[in-house]
Amino acid sequence: MKNFPRVLLIAAAAALVAAPFLTGNPFYQRIAALTALAAISASAWNLIGGYGGQVSFGHSVYFGIGAYASLLAYTKLGVPPIAGAPLGVLASFALSVIVGLPSFRLRGHYFSMATIAIAALAEVLVTNWGFAGGAIGLMGPASPRSLADLLFRSALPYYALFVAVLASLLGFTYLMQRGRMGFYLRALGSGERAAESLGVPIRRYKLYALLVSGAFTSLAGSLYAVMVGFIDPGSGFGILVSVNMVVMSALGGAGTLFGPLVGAIILVPLEETTNALLGGGSSGAAYVVYGAIIMLIARFSPGGLAQWWPLLSGKGRRGAA
Amino acid sequence: MILLQLGVDGLLLGAVYALFSSGLTLIWGMMNVVNFAHGDFVMVAMYVAFFAFTLLGVGPIVFVPLAAITLFGLGVLVYVALVRHVMRGPMLAQIISTFGLALFLRYAALWLFSANFVSLPDTLVGGVYDLGGLRLSASHLLAGATALVLTLGMHLLLTRTDLGSRMLAVSEDRTAAALVGIRPDPMQALAWGIGAASTGVAGALIALFFYVSPEVGNSFTLLAFVTVCLGGFGSVPGALLAGLAIGVIQSISAYFLGPATKDVAVYALFVLLLWVRPQGLLGRA
Repeated sequence: MKNFPRVLLIAAAAALVAAPFLTGNPFYQRIAALTALAAISASAWNLIGGYGGQVSFGHSVYFGIGAYASLLAYTKLGVPPIAGAPLGVLASFALSVIVGLPSFRLRGHYFSMATIAIAALAEVLVTNWGFAGGAIGLMGPASPRSLADLLFRSALPYYALFVAVLASLLGFTYLMQRGRMGFYLRALGSGERAAESLGVPIRRYKLYALLVSGAFTSLAGSLYAVMVGFIDPGSGFGILVSVNMVVMSALGGAGTLFGPLVGAIILVPLEETTNALLGGGSSGAAYVVYGAIIMLIARFSPGGLAQWWPLLSGKGRRGAA
Repeated sequence: MILLQLGVDGLLLGAVYALFSSGLTLIWGMMNVVNFAHGDFVMVAMYVAFFAFTLLGVGPIVFVPLAAITLFGLGVLVYVALVRHVMRGPMLAQIISTFGLALFLRYAALWLFSANFVSLPDTLVGGVYDLGGLRLSASHLLAGATALVLTLGMHLLLTRTDLGSRMLAVSEDRTAAALVGIRPDPMQALAWGIGAASTGVAGALIALFFYVSPEVGNSFTLLAFVTVCLGGFGSVPGALLAGLAIGVIQSISAYFLGPATKDVAVYALFVLLLWVRPQGLLGRA
């Protein structure tokens, strides 16, 4: 019976992954795809923000770079949007080194303040950049020219693609968590001075974490642009893009393996259903709720839901943090 | 002449920036907590001014103090209900708590008041004075002068009064202050109240000449960060000088580079400053 909860958990997870294929309802399938996509960027944020404790509000820049890379590749080069994804990843590496590295001198609040300013700066610059569509943004292909355009009427192919990317990210996170990098990052997250005095090469490992985190966030942006077929400065670089990553990680449990996924599974369906019921996402009601959730988590349960349910952390029952 | 005009416009605007930034720097200096909702406090104050005028028909003599009182209450409430509990918790909780508050205020305003821009009538504090070619609008003059006086007042409160000494004692060492009979919690609640009230006054003054919208707070938060960073974290005189400087930078860059770039200049300045001197230009290491 010792392994019973784990077996149950795996069965439940398998059922959850398969469920969208079993339902015929396109609304649910779309929600499932969006959930998987949100889980990718939240889990990517979690690497540096959760494990490493570097609370970035600027990850929208990576997301925007990925999204714009795919639609720029399509509009300027005529190639399928997904071909822009590797370019986005390359650009994200450059950003991590050029902008991330100097920002790592800053600790705690100072780092977060800098990331907010960097994201705001990027949004203003893109809005005024005519080549990338300015304030209007960019459109993807209207109808598929070939399979490579990845334009499907159903959300299921996207869902399968997103789950595959998510699984590889979580696989990486799992291995990292057990390895040297995981220990270094967690040491960093629980006290930067202490980690440094113990000889953790903090700037190098912050950079490693940011490189992976930024690359997957950029990939999430590219996948978003491929599926939605439209991007503008707000939906790519806006602060709310970062907010989604932060709130999902914090709700499920920042610095845990499955925390961001659980946060996405709770929040994306909630947001999509309320938007469907209240008519459009412009009312802002969802973000009132997000703000309240963030405050409640900070006030009562800084470890997120994982604080109450150690299995979420992927460490089994005894390894509760 | 145009440079002089831009300089004076910038100084008047900068005085208002200085006022709400000194609220942020007070809170930061007292307890090492950054209020990510600071600009949204300004936004709330702007709506207080707007609704006080449209619903009650009162002018700035009434709505500026009203905004100050409302925001004082909001500040104390935020400290007592939220910040007090997270300030010694994990860094993540400290940072996201006021960020969550910012989202909550911003989108509650969007939900309640819609995204439309509203503004007070230009004629509320009307008139333009002409000083030998230098044009000064009455609303900017009122806002700038009031803000300047109040910022200096806050500095005197902190450095010349018994209350200020108590607050300083708590900020230097909580435990030691408690040992000599100063209870830290009321002092810190007061710091939040005063810090928020200063944004209340500043917001109501800005509303005299600036549009009001739920999302206006984001840029004010960043402006306050830049000001506090430039002036040194925790320093009110530093915030005053920095606020004036940023007002001038904004007004000059908006004129020569176009209005879209006025924020770019300020944000870029902020990021560079943080990279080069994380403790602030005038701050101690």
